[in-house]
Amino acid sequence: MTPRPNKVLVIGSGPIVIGQAAEFDYAGTQACKALREEGIYTILVNSNPATIMTDADVADAVYIEPLVVDVIERIIARERPDGLLPTLGGQTGLNLAVELAEAGILDRYGTRLLGTPLSTLRQAEDRELFKNLLLSIGEPVPESAVAHTVEQAVIVARQIGYPVVIRPSFTLGGTGGGFGRTETELRATAGTGITLSPISQVLVERSLVGWKEVEYEVVRDGADNCVTVCNMENFDPMGVHTGDSIVVAPSQTLSDYEYQMLRSAAIKIIRALGVEGGCNIQFALDPASHQYFVIEVNPRVSRSSALASKATGYPIARVAAKIAVGLTLYEIPNAVTERTTAAFEPALDYVVVKIPRWPFDKFASGERTINTQMKSTGEVMAIDRSFEAALQKAVRSLEIGGRSLQWEDRSWAQAAAGSTALITGLIEEPNDLRLWAIAAASRRGMGTARIAKMSGIDEFFLSKIEDIVTMERELLSKPLTPALLYGAKRMGFSDEQIGTLSDKLPEQVRAQRADWNIRPTYKMVDTCAAEFAAVTPYFYSSYDTENEAEPLVGGGALVVGSGPIRIGQGIEFDYCSVHSALALREAQVNSIMVNSNPETVSTDFDLSSRLYFEPLDEESIRNILENESKTGSMDEAPPVILQFGGQTAINLAEPLYHSGARILGSGLRAIDLAEDRQLFEALLTKLGLSQPPGAAVRTVEEALPTADRIGYPVLVRPSYVLGGRAMEIVHSPADLVRYVTAATQLSLIHPVLIDKYLAGKEIEVDAVCDGERVLIPGVMAHVERAGVHSGDSMAVYPAMGLEPRDIQAVIDYTEKIGLGLGLQGIFNVQYVLFEGQLYVIEVNPRASRTVPFISKVTGVPLVTVATRVMLGESLADQGYPGGLWPTQNLVAVKAPVFSMAKLPRVDSYLGPEMKSTGEVMGIDRTYRPAMMKALIAASLMLPPQGALLFSVADADKTEAIPIIRAFAGLGYRLYATEGTAALIEALGVPVVMSTKKLDEGHPNVVDVINEGLVQGVVNTMVGPSARRDQFRDGFEIRRAATEKRIPCFTSLDTARVVAECLASGDGSYEVLPVTSYWSFDPRSVMSTPERS
Amino acid sequence: MIGNSSEAMALLSGADACLAFEDGRVFYGHAFGAWNPDQHPLDVNEGGDRHAFVQGEVVFNTSMAGYQEIATDPSYRGQMVVLTYPQIGNYGIQGEASESTCPWLTALIVRDLARAPNHWLMTEDLSHFLSEAGIPGIHGVDTRALTRHLRAHGTLRAVLGRLDGDQPTAEQVGRLVSLARAVPALSDQNLVADVSNPAGAYAPTERWVETVARYSSTRIAVIDCGIKHNIARSLTARGAETRFLSWTSGIDEVMATEAQGVIFSNGPGDPARMHQVAQLASQLLDREVPLLGICLGHQVLGLAAGGSTSRLGYGHHGGNHPVQDVTTGRVHITTQNHEFQVDRGSIPDSSGFGVSMVHLNDSSVEGLAHRSLPAFSVQFHPEGCPGPQDNQYIFERFLDMVDRPVSGWEALERSPASAAQADLSEPPHGLIQA
Repeated sequence: MTPRPNKVLVIGSGPIVIGQAAEFDYAGTQACKALREEGIYTILVNSNPATIMTDADVADAVYIEPLVVDVIERIIARERPDGLLPTLGGQTGLNLAVELAEAGILDRYGTRLLGTPLSTLRQAEDRELFKNLLLSIGEPVPESAVAHTVEQAVIVARQIGYPVVIRPSFTLGGTGGGFGRTETELRATAGTGITLSPISQVLVERSLVGWKEVEYEVVRDGADNCVTVCNMENFDPMGVHTGDSIVVAPSQTLSDYEYQMLRSAAIKIIRALGVEGGCNIQFALDPASHQYFVIEVNPRVSRSSALASKATGYPIARVAAKIAVGLTLYEIPNAVTERTTAAFEPALDYVVVKIPRWPFDKFASGERTINTQMKSTGEVMAIDRSFEAALQKAVRSLEIGGRSLQWEDRSWAQAAAGSTALITGLIEEPNDLRLWAIAAASRRGMGTARIAKMSGIDEFFLSKIEDIVTMERELLSKPLTPALLYGAKRMGFSDEQIGTLSDKLPEQVRAQRADWNIRPTYKMVDTCAAEFAAVTPYFYSSYDTENEAEPLVGGGALVVGSGPIRIGQGIEFDYCSVHSALALREAQVNSIMVNSNPETVSTDFDLSSRLYFEPLDEESIRNILENESKTGSMDEAPPVILQFGGQTAINLAEPLYHSGARILGSGLRAIDLAEDRQLFEALLTKLGLSQPPGAAVRTVEEALPTADRIGYPVLVRPSYVLGGRAMEIVHSPADLVRYVTAATQLSLIHPVLIDKYLAGKEIEVDAVCDGERVLIPGVMAHVERAGVHSGDSMAVYPAMGLEPRDIQAVIDYTEKIGLGLGLQGIFNVQYVLFEGQLYVIEVNPRASRTVPFISKVTGVPLVTVATRVMLGESLADQGYPGGLWPTQNLVAVKAPVFSMAKLPRVDSYLGPEMKSTGEVMGIDRTYRPAMMKALIAASLMLPPQGALLFSVADADKTEAIPIIRAFAGLGYRLYATEGTAALIEALGVPVVMSTKKLDEGHPNVVDVINEGLVQGVVNTMVGPSARRDQFRDGFEIRRAATEKRIPCFTSLDTARVVAECLASGDGSYEVLPVTSYWSFDPRSVMSTPERS
Repeated sequence: MIGNSSEAMALLSGADACLAFEDGRVFYGHAFGAWNPDQHPLDVNEGGDRHAFVQGEVVFNTSMAGYQEIATDPSYRGQMVVLTYPQIGNYGIQGEASESTCPWLTALIVRDLARAPNHWLMTEDLSHFLSEAGIPGIHGVDTRALTRHLRAHGTLRAVLGRLDGDQPTAEQVGRLVSLARAVPALSDQNLVADVSNPAGAYAPTERWVETVARYSSTRIAVIDCGIKHNIARSLTARGAETRFLSWTSGIDEVMATEAQGVIFSNGPGDPARMHQVAQLASQLLDREVPLLGICLGHQVLGLAAGGSTSRLGYGHHGGNHPVQDVTTGRVHITTQNHEFQVDRGSIPDSSGFGVSMVHLNDSSVEGLAHRSLPAFSVQFHPEGCPGPQDNQYIFERFLDMVDRPVSGWEALERSPASAAQADLSEPPHGLIQA
């Protein structure tokens, strides 16, 4: 047995991108905790500041640095860990570990890979090695072979047998792939695939489309003991990435024979791989025989293992970390029962349903088809005692505009009488609306056999959807009786759904339920199906007879989380929710967490006094509050904290307030003041603060004169926004008419806001107000000018290039706003500084996405401070001064990270609509290295030498000149589109090639990118209202850059800082634990609490 | 006010069946399966009473799949079984999944019964299957509440009765509760006699190929106390020849088979009633015949070794029980189904037996092995069904021990490394489909 390590380095997964989300924050945080319990000195590195794992107290040394070999090597050299745990940081962590090992760095410093041997990491990555290993232990893998010509493909297909699937090599998201069900079809598909593949190669593989997809989470220790934590079955059969599948745990349609057949295979595989820790194994199972194939093996913790952990209560990452340092399964206690060990397999007595959250509400133009390339940004999970109820709760948890399973697209009903073509089309080819289309088909009388034939989905699942539809029909046609209402609740219908179907208001349904005493009971997730008394404070609702969640003794406060990760509401809000819960505990107040997202730290049952895994809607929260009330009435219910769960939580303020709930901190009036345009404008006028001129309008007739009055360009957006959804800069009356017409179609309740667009410097602050003082931990300035969504901008702390009087104005404004609105707790203000004048753009009476960033760089635990304020402890009580907190002598840059490569047909152009999925931070003692690290971590840095393609809009040309000169001065070779080339040549700078427009032959702009001639692109445009051909060419340029995975700068401001970074100095930077960059200890600034 | 109580929910959902416990707790639900009292051989029909009912002890099983295997496990004779997994019947009933010739449990208690089960091997649905066998079921029950009740109070006696009319009357329920108090205890019944059926013990092995037929010259006699088919299959699949004998067989009958080894099978009820079988085990031990005891068979060996047995609070029933093999240190996830245990510390050293396996959750005895004679036993079910197939190695060890006489302890002691090796070189469970 190898010696136990004393010092272990854990590599995180970096920014949130599609395919790698908050699950690795959950895993890493758990692992660090597990290692430190063993007395191991733990070092953590991650570039993502929005994570809990990068909190200074999670590990003994926490580095927020770019995840690149050079940086990790310097950390290893500095810390000298004797172990490296590579299996907790997703594919990023695994790849880095392999690179470090192969570069000889681990050997050089005597750092041992823990958990999974290097050979296994390689085997799992290399398709051929992996195939051979599995075949050597008798486990079947789908037959496949590569082909370079159509004739070769035909020969391969004959050997394998039809149908086959064709996968072109090296095309994005499998572009150009498809089926060969017959030789004719194969010839066509293979032909296209070979043409599209940059290396003219396709993989011809046995098609398993329509087979059941089942995965197992297996854990193995160093003594070769194995357990399977969970199996999961995909509702969507093979052909859909498991991350994009609706997943059910445990499997529903597998007999014990099949369950055990695959379980035994999974254990055999983990043994053959020699994994010490967790492993995810995916199988395809023929729905009409016992034949199966191994599809994929992940020898690490994964999104699926996070889901399995939350679905079962078995903490896989924690156990994997303990195993990696030499513990056996039976030496690790089971935290749930506190009397058994980790050497067991959880027994579930409930059904878990996971549904992915796709970004198509934001990327309406994106391709909605779902296939083997994952496209969802996040997911929700719901638990209940039946599939129907878990499914319906999961749908509600998605938070897509209150969409329930009853939702139907208008066009479905509008289709010619009796035509179901639209619906069947959606059922046949997987897409984000398929679930609703299935319900719609069922509603139209289509039988499960037919739907199963079209979709490949098991009739068992379809029959459950049919049961839901049958219940809908009963609710529509019969008077609401206690039995009917109870039956509907048991199937997961919300009061709102029942109300819609039975012609009542949701509140009337609720009252009726109260009258008949039909209330949810709460059941515990205990890993053992009630076999042992458990101490997990982890609950889900179900309409059953026995309630296990008695109100917490001593009350508490309820923290509403932020739901699924989506663009505009990311992991930052989970960070905030987690810290609020921790602050409550620290203040001796029971924390009650509610959330629906299985990937997160907030849904770790260890974190709060009590966790409710529930949809974040009014009904669920009110039910929980009543359940936590000794009398069942709202008067005795614990108060609610809504400031940390993003827009999801704050939107609940109004309904919860009206239901009699107590809201901690800023009251409903203050929230309304901040979000209601007219009230807010009046208040700002009263306070003497400026705001860009503008107005709220409800019709096109109102919009046109308003825009004329304030002058174009104008910024238009719907009120009550989330992540700058559907915000646009409008340059002409025609575009204004188009926008307002579309927006008012969507919502007649909320007006459209029209503001003067001021292209100035954006400044942002997060602050805490206790009613007497306002604490501002720091001021951040955006690199990109106003007009780029703040979530997509780079933000720099401290704000550079501001005059002291500008800073003072920010402080004054922020204090006036906090006090003037009567805020209690946290808030965020965005300003634009235009021609020396500060304007207020937006006030958010809640935590914003910069809270973790600013907390980490300034050392002010903003959420903790705000939570304590909400509990009644003033800033003075806590020892915090008002005004601006002293500035740390460091520079930190937050840079956005995008997932465009995963989303075909989505435009990467930056604008007022947020598009990024994650963020990274670069921190150093001075600006340049900090900026450079941010750029490196965000994969936006250009190589020291190379070539760039410029395509700049006419309006931007003057401004582009110094940037062009800067790159030319660095020795960059320049390619450009026609107009831009003329500009460059006029500057006396040579242009390598003036490219043709797309419809003018070759070589055109896209060829230049595709052929790898350039390492970056600078492309600006004047917005979606640009000339059609300009817009199209620009779009193709940006997509080509995305698919080539080279940086594409659509804001000249970003391009400028890149040039600056390349031009300055020797490119050196520090690598230090984040707190070592601080120039002072935050505690040294705090006074002794003023309270005696 | 209608209320969240069990009774209230019964009314809400139109319950037509109820499970009444000896301690007065009542659970309501909907009837499925067979309710004709004439159909079930053991039904006690209270003359003139319009309510059919069945009686027995109630136990819970935490397996998430395998309801058919559970229903047909003869060890459940005399018991009503609560399945803790809430969705039951999803994939119907499948030809070869039964563990004996018919379902044996007294009644099945579930939360949700699938309306439209689906599977390519399905021959009928669960309700129909139970109906045919004259066995009633109840669904719509808050099975978690019921399980928690059993956990808190231990295994309890109950009657499952049919309600008629709109509302259960207090009188009706009270009568059922008093009936529950009169249900005979397991220990007072000779359940093995009901289920022992050597003629029907053999199971077809079409689904299983003979993976390693290296034991083809081995003949094994199996004392059938209520054997599960997969025990028979696990032997046959390895090439062993089997002879099934009644639990009443004497030493001469066993020796007449000229078997090289003997297995004492699983079965229902209290091992304390099994003195005759324990005596047979002693005689075989004296003759140094290689022995394997499984479940009840393990308890029988414990008695033969001079130990005592007793009841567990609420038994072990499920497919996730961790057992540590003390001879190798390895932990195995096992299928279990037992109410009784061999008392820890009751095995005299002088017997030569030692405790070879321990349950990691409650430290109960999970296996015995003899230090010099070729005999060992396991409390769990190495054949799984339902549950993990990881423990098929037990059959390998036994057949090896028969082939090449070593002590039970030595047979188990093969190092973990070699065991792992074996698991890789051979299919780990011998259940690879043809």
